Amino acid sequence: MEIAFYIAGTVAVAATWMVITRHNPVHALLYLNVSLLAHAMLFYLLGASFAALLEIIIYAGAIMVLFIFVVMLLNLGKETAEQERKWLKPKVWVGPTVLAAILFAEFLALVLSSGQGAYSPAVVSPRELATALYREYLIGVELAAMLLMAAVVGAAHIGRHKKLVLHRFLQEEKEKEEEKHEEAVL
Amino acid sequence: MNEILKYTLMIVIILFTLTTIAAWLIWLERRMLALWQDRYGPNRAGPFGLFIVVADTIKLFFKEDWIPPFAEKAVFVFAPAIVAAAVLLSFVVVPFAPDILVADLDIGLLFFLAMSSLGVYSIVLGGWASNNKYSLLGALRGASQMISYEVFMGLSLMGVVMLSGSFRLTDIVMAQKDFWFVVTQPVAFVLFLTAGIAETHRLPFDIPEAESELVAGFHSEYSGMKFGMFFIGEYLGIILISAMVVTIFFGGWLGPVLPPVVWFTLKTFVFIIFFILLRASLPRPRYDQLMEYGWKIILPIALLNLLVTGGFTLLKN
Repeated sequence: MEIAFYIAGTVAVAATWMVITRHNPVHALLYLNVSLLAHAMLFYLLGASFAALLEIIIYAGAIMVLFIFVVMLLNLGKETAEQERKWLKPKVWVGPTVLAAILFAEFLALVLSSGQGAYSPAVVSPRELATALYREYLIGVELAAMLLMAAVVGAAHIGRHKKLVLHRFLQEEKEKEEEKHEEAVL
Repeated sequence: MNEILKYTLMIVIILFTLTTIAAWLIWLERRMLALWQDRYGPNRAGPFGLFIVVADTIKLFFKEDWIPPFAEKAVFVFAPAIVAAAVLLSFVVVPFAPDILVADLDIGLLFFLAMSSLGVYSIVLGGWASNNKYSLLGALRGASQMISYEVFMGLSLMGVVMLSGSFRLTDIVMAQKDFWFVVTQPVAFVLFLTAGIAETHRLPFDIPEAESELVAGFHSEYSGMKFGMFFIGEYLGIILISAMVVTIFFGGWLGPVLPPVVWFTLKTFVFIIFFILLRASLPRPRYDQLMEYGWKIILPIALLNLLVTGGFTLLKN
């Protein structure tokens, strides 16, 4: 099982690398999907089977589809790939790489000093997860619910049909037309 | 070693049986449609026209497998494989009988939902990679339809999970020893079946294809065996949804006298034929009607069902 864990981890890192370096947005999104699936595998191997499947259902199955949906509608052609290529020059990499390397070194030091392998599974059943969520972490759940509610209200507001507002000239024209229509009906 | 051999054999047998049944469903569908429309249907090749499937398969293999020059080649080739793979993976958790199943996961039901949610990529990517207006329209419709109906599919099943207290499919089947869940959760059954038809994008919910408006929708540009993959994926989807309906609402393999597998197969075929009957009898709704129906009617009903089931479970305890 430990081998599977490290294989999935490698796949996740490689796929994420490909996400950053792809020029075509749809290809990048597909690699991101592979990365999410690899993460689900990692969760599963660590014993969090519920979280693993939620990762697939919500992230890979719904959110990424919406991303691809939007990219599809934009129909980004060769020009965007060209632009991406221009933006992703080697010079751009220097700053983030140095900073990330410092963090990575710290992380390595922590992991090595703890003397514990990365793979230490602890099985959590859906029932245990649910009781933890709705007892100890109830406030978090409630806050998330409020945030989502606000988002839903906002979406409903944006998606509302706007009232038809006409310029006064057009208004007069419209009234005339309506009168004509009424006469015709009579 | 023996365990591994046993499971490998089981996987091979299940895979072979499923793909074979999926192929013969083409014959079954055409014969049943013909029966309901008062004609013969395919009846030339072999007894009852059974060999038409063989003829069709040979024909598909010999057709030119054409990739349009304007298509996005890698994704175009990759897309048809996803639908068949996702559906076949779902069968991993389907309990055909107490001892005929590949993996008895403690989160089996979620695994099924996860795999069916991945199936949508096939349509989206196929439509996008074809680089064709009709395909893109089909893909857009398919994506929004499948994402919406997935929500209701998951929600309608949660009542069953509450009653049986488990995501494990064998537990769900065993919880139906006294009453099938269709008796205690009739609303959930109707919602799940509706969502299932939308998930497999079969008539009357086949608006991603809608051959009278969109040529052939998301697979307009596909030919040869790549088209065959979409086709087989659709029929595998029908088998999967029928099998899940039987497992979750109709007691799975449970039944008197006959062996469990026979019961399971019989019940599943009833629903497969129901799928075909739907195609023969119902017109296709408009796209906006479909979405409105989903979000404004099915979603509230599903939530209400969940609320009532939760209340009853609390009262019983």
